[in-house]
Amino acid sequence: MSMQNIRAFMPRQDLIAFLVLAVVIFIAMPLAMDIFRLNLVGKYLTYAFVAVGLVLCWGYGGILSLGQGVFFGLGGYCMAMFLKLESSTPEATAIQSTPGIPDFMDWNQITEIPWFWEPFHSLPLALIAVLIVPTIFAYIIGVAMFKRRVGGVYFAIITQAVASILTILIIGQQGYTGGVNGITDLRTLLGWDIRSDSAKYVLYFVNGILLFACLLFAQYVRKSKLGRILLAMREREDRVRFTGYDVSNFKIFVFCLGAAFSAIGGAMFTLQVGFMSPSFVGIVPSIEMVIFCAVGGRMSIIGAVYGTLVVNWAKTSFSESFPELWLFAMGALFIGVVMAFPSGLAGLYRNHVGPFIEKSYKRLRLSYENYRKPDNLVTSD
Amino acid sequence: MNTPPLIKPLKRFTRRSCIHLAAIFATSLLTPAIAGAEVNTTGLAVTDKDVTVGILHSVTGTMAISETGSVQAEKLAIKQINEMGGVLGRQIKYIQEDGASDWPTFAEKSKKLLVNDKVAAVFGCWTSASRKAVLPVFEQYNGMLYYPTFYEGLEQSPNVIYTGQEATQQIIAGIDWVVKEKGAKKFFLLGSDYIWPRTSNKIARKHIEKLGLKVVGEEYYPLGHTQFNSVINKIKLKKPDVIYAIVVGGSNVAFYKQLKAAGIDMTKEKPVLLTISVTEDEIRGIGGENIDGAYAAMKYFQSLPNDNNKAFVKAFKEMWGDDIVIGDVTQAAYLGPWLWKAAVEKAGSFDIDKIRAASPGIELTTAPEGYVRIHENHHLWSKTRVGLAGKDGQYKVVYETKELMEPDPFPKGYQ
Repeated sequence: MSMQNIRAFMPRQDLIAFLVLAVVIFIAMPLAMDIFRLNLVGKYLTYAFVAVGLVLCWGYGGILSLGQGVFFGLGGYCMAMFLKLESSTPEATAIQSTPGIPDFMDWNQITEIPWFWEPFHSLPLALIAVLIVPTIFAYIIGVAMFKRRVGGVYFAIITQAVASILTILIIGQQGYTGGVNGITDLRTLLGWDIRSDSAKYVLYFVNGILLFACLLFAQYVRKSKLGRILLAMREREDRVRFTGYDVSNFKIFVFCLGAAFSAIGGAMFTLQVGFMSPSFVGIVPSIEMVIFCAVGGRMSIIGAVYGTLVVNWAKTSFSESFPELWLFAMGALFIGVVMAFPSGLAGLYRNHVGPFIEKSYKRLRLSYENYRKPDNLVTSD
Repeated sequence: MNTPPLIKPLKRFTRRSCIHLAAIFATSLLTPAIAGAEVNTTGLAVTDKDVTVGILHSVTGTMAISETGSVQAEKLAIKQINEMGGVLGRQIKYIQEDGASDWPTFAEKSKKLLVNDKVAAVFGCWTSASRKAVLPVFEQYNGMLYYPTFYEGLEQSPNVIYTGQEATQQIIAGIDWVVKEKGAKKFFLLGSDYIWPRTSNKIARKHIEKLGLKVVGEEYYPLGHTQFNSVINKIKLKKPDVIYAIVVGGSNVAFYKQLKAAGIDMTKEKPVLLTISVTEDEIRGIGGENIDGAYAAMKYFQSLPNDNNKAFVKAFKEMWGDDIVIGDVTQAAYLGPWLWKAAVEKAGSFDIDKIRAASPGIELTTAPEGYVRIHENHHLWSKTRVGLAGKDGQYKVVYETKELMEPDPFPKGYQ
């Protein structure tokens, strides 16, 4: 990659934003917080994967999906299935009528592990499934919708329906999925105790690195030709189609990409929180994820990360201080943001903070140059 | 994951307590004695004047209606204990957290209470899902949870005291009663679709079949379901003697209204409606006129005529207002702080391991439901009652088991 290509991929402003975020996530947070709070931040950051995916889908592609929880959940469940099988050794489950199977299966009179659980005995297969299952699912939805030119509000409603259906399916098939309780009490990953403090530190950093990998990939998409096609599609889909592009393929691609990001987030969520339940799959969490993205600014991948952090941090601290009133405070926050800053935190930065910094920077530079000028004159003499 | 039988942790406990004793001995030699250290060797939030506990329920979201009663009961118990001089001479302070009807939030908040606030005990949770979510946290950080809800059993954690009834206590007594008193032979089982109704109906079915009687139908509906017409038609077709209903939460409102609208008059007892999921709290939503004539099997009704209960109801209304009703779970939640106090005083310490060792055998003669005792398996010995719902939204107690029912979370022959 030549210097010019790098510039095109990562202009100076973006580079600064990436570096600042890296400092916040990898240095400031771990130094400022104890492991309990850091683990919470780690949990919030898993939602950021979804929000970043939504920036591409919704902000760039104009595809509003209200069902991203589905992919987050599928990724999380794939991870949880592996961890659950590992913790369900015959010794640990000796009290059950059928030892050696997950506890909730035993409660539901299932006596052997169902076939679709079998691949999850192996970590590599489970990791592949984390990525592949949600992506294939997104692909199927994408093909079914976009090839028929279903879009806009209809698409949003259908994704909501999918989220709702999947929740009902998971809850209904509790013998195979753990039902409402979800898959709980996950302890080790290949013998490594994921509940210990040291494991939480490690997982936090792994999570951060994966998030940056996704961010860089998203940046690549934004700055590539694909990003421009997505924008063009969002503005005038028919014109893009008339110029010879197969619009639906681009939509399917970006939707699958968002799904894959969400799935990685889901898997990291399971690892850090220690369980997975259908409450992340349904409509409400899916809409919450759209809100994270909206608060951050739907055109900014970095903004989405900050949006997720801010909203969740507010959620936790409001609910600790006012257990009975915090939902109202959250509501007020959302209304406030949408009314006052329609393009989110990123818009706030771009329109107010950014210009201010730019101006100060220029002023500083100017005065520096003025200061240098007489000097230069002298030396040139 | 199922927790291993209690014997194992108890064995471990003795070893651990030896180490603790050794540690106390060693520190007492090395450092000047700190007041209060002997009652708190594990760094819990205990000072010479007070002790901090946690309250963890949903005060927002769909479960708030059910859980608010538990919060009120726990605060009342804490207030009364403080007025009596506290626990080991220390006033109880509480930190309340909101689980927001969201299971991960419960896990997050329980971790906060145990790790950040170092609370000496937690009173909380309501649904099984929330308990399952916090259980690993309590086991990892060795906390003690007092869990108030009647539930499906199949669990026995060294870090939980279950103050509500487990499924067999509620179910077997109720079915025996309806068979004996009402001559029931055919049952229709109905429930919301999750672990508690399903496990409960499994136990009910086994018991019914053991008695040589018949189950003519078994149906489940998702939580929040509001269309029961098709199942009501099925019930009319199958003509059972008993509708055994374990419908949960808001669905109850629709279910009982539709039952009445379909012409099933429960006061005629053809069929008899027997539920284990509708307390006085739920009747407030359903409306007394819609459930008039139904029977419920549980351990507590607000109308219990004993003196303990009269004092309890009076104190509860003084604190929270006259129009309040008290259901089974609310009473069980009230037992939590009292059982904890008794265990701390018996152990002479706030240490979780010592409370755990002291808990089995603790009795409470002042319980509103009467006498209760903690079993080796961390559940309570308690009586089961059958109540008849009236228009005023209260149950009239029509039956009470003679003996205390033994809690049996892993019933042999019912799994």
